[in-house]
Amino acid sequence: MASTNPQESVRDHSPLPKVLVPNKPRSFYTIGEEPFTSTKFQYLKAYESPLPLDQFLATHAHSVKAILSSASAPVTADLLQLLPTVRLVVTTSAGLNQIDLPECRRRGIAVANVANVYSADVADLAVGLLIDVLRKISASNRYVKQGNWPTRGDYPLGSKLGGKRVGIVGLGNIGYEVTKRLEAFGCCISYNSRKKKPYVSYPFYENVCELAANCDALIICCGLTDQTHHLINKEVLSALGKKGVIVNIGRGPIIDEKEMVRCLMEGEIAGAGLDVFENEPDVAKDFFALDNVVLSPHCAVFTPESMKDLSELVVGNLVAFFSNKPLLSEYVDE
Amino acid sequence: MESIGVLMTCPPNFPYLVEELEKRFTLYKLQNAPDKTHFINSHKNSIRAVVGNAGFGADAELIDQLPKLEIVSSFSVGLDKVDLPKCKEKRIRVTNTPDVLTNDVADLAIGLMLAVLRRLCESDRYVRSGKWKKGDYKLTTKFTGKSVGIIGLGRIGMAIATRAEAFSCPISYYARTEKPDVKYRYYPSVIELAANCQILVVACALTEETHHIVNREVMNALGPKGVLINIGRGPHVDEPELVSALLEGRLGGAGLDVFEDEPNVPEPLFGLENVVLLPHVGSGTVETRKAMADLVVGNLEAHFFKKPLLTPVV
Repeated sequence: MASTNPQESVRDHSPLPKVLVPNKPRSFYTIGEEPFTSTKFQYLKAYESPLPLDQFLATHAHSVKAILSSASAPVTADLLQLLPTVRLVVTTSAGLNQIDLPECRRRGIAVANVANVYSADVADLAVGLLIDVLRKISASNRYVKQGNWPTRGDYPLGSKLGGKRVGIVGLGNIGYEVTKRLEAFGCCISYNSRKKKPYVSYPFYENVCELAANCDALIICCGLTDQTHHLINKEVLSALGKKGVIVNIGRGPIIDEKEMVRCLMEGEIAGAGLDVFENEPDVAKDFFALDNVVLSPHCAVFTPESMKDLSELVVGNLVAFFSNKPLLSEYVDE
Repeated sequence: MESIGVLMTCPPNFPYLVEELEKRFTLYKLQNAPDKTHFINSHKNSIRAVVGNAGFGADAELIDQLPKLEIVSSFSVGLDKVDLPKCKEKRIRVTNTPDVLTNDVADLAIGLMLAVLRRLCESDRYVRSGKWKKGDYKLTTKFTGKSVGIIGLGRIGMAIATRAEAFSCPISYYARTEKPDVKYRYYPSVIELAANCQILVVACALTEETHHIVNREVMNALGPKGVLINIGRGPHVDEPELVSALLEGRLGGAGLDVFEDEPNVPEPLFGLENVVLLPHVGSGTVETRKAMADLVVGNLEAHFFKKPLLTPVV
């Protein structure tokens, strides 16, 4: 309300615009909430309320314009139904599979993703997992730390990375960062993606099975969608072959995990490096008996550097939105 | 050539190398002999070549016991276990296995950097122990963009540099002399290099000058957030000092493929989550070991057929 009294203006507490946080993002746990705060908006934390979500929303969230989504806070059609004033979803996760994108599009709700803040860290982990599997780093570190080197002798030989044909499944930001790194190791890159990319000269395979048949290693860098669910199936694994290796830094359900475990146990593929699983954090016990598998607890993005960059991007997007400025990282489906 | 005796001073563990040597020569396996001195004495007049590796070579004592020795062909690129001055003096040829293992060793150096900074081995252990069900793993350190300091910018050092560059790591180095056409920053001492990088990697040859080149002062300069990677030789690093630096937190982490007394590794390192320990596998791939064996055999054949040696050092 306008006031001619200056004193009144100073005490005029216009409510800050609210951002609904249905569930606490993992990044709030890892670096605390403070880096994500701003004087330009406030968080409406549903998870701090004893009320069930729909009641909480009915009571507190009737004019909320933005939602902070994460892996633990999906944005479904049902949720959006309860929040008719929402115009923006900002996510802290690299993946967008927890957001009903068609529904957002239908309602004219913008989605802000993480752009490139995670790409280097995820690419680093993908390369690390590939080297680990081929050169048996985790397995031989275990061997030494268990005191086996003096008693059992040298560890079995690994496999050379240089010259390996590596197939990237999904050549987005992350996939591209992976290729930049692997080129320096002398790998031969090819890829499968929804569309051929004009800015790279790597061989493109329209069919992921054909890609697998022509590669020694597959690196899964794509997002999880209806089309990519169980994209890596029995046929693809068979095409990859007995000497083939698979690395997954995308989403667990992109691979038919049961089939992959069977292939690993029966020697139908040579090894795997996995940061994601179908039923996290419940990892199939069959993996534990395998020395040719490197397991990572879905932590590709969790470095202080990425978390700091993420917090700046999240705040930047929300501040831009509430100031009617263009978003820093709006997701546009190609 | 079956009458030519070749003494293998290293354990005869690589079947391909043993087979290829046995096809062409009479192979004497020193490690299998119950009485090594007696064994050498019995065969000294037929032994014209020695095949060694990173761990077992030809020292002055052995060379003196082999009057017919003409060539030492090492199954390694490092020749710290071969008495080179003695070989020169006695006009004994020496060959090694350069180039074929450069990429594998460089790959492993980067693998160790990623394993230490991103805690690959520890988080694998975390999952296998069932702990992930109880909570997420903690934050690890980003590798991309970290400054990498290389001790020794030879073939392996350069290969490590080009790989690290793909991760946007600024590169600096120490070498005996500054290299004129190299774009990386040079430091005239190891301690200055260590003070100015986050990841220090040992990639030089082991000589009298480079023994314990990474000492307490260097480790302190590298610091509590610094990581040491050793893919050179164990004696490059003062190992007891390394252990206390890690236990006391004066050094942030280490990735080690080599040790002062292989295969013995200091046990206090076993429980450290910021340390990765590998059983000297720098060149340990099927492809590279075969290529190394071919070079060893090729050098011996060249010598005995009076052709130019493939990869002579002396």
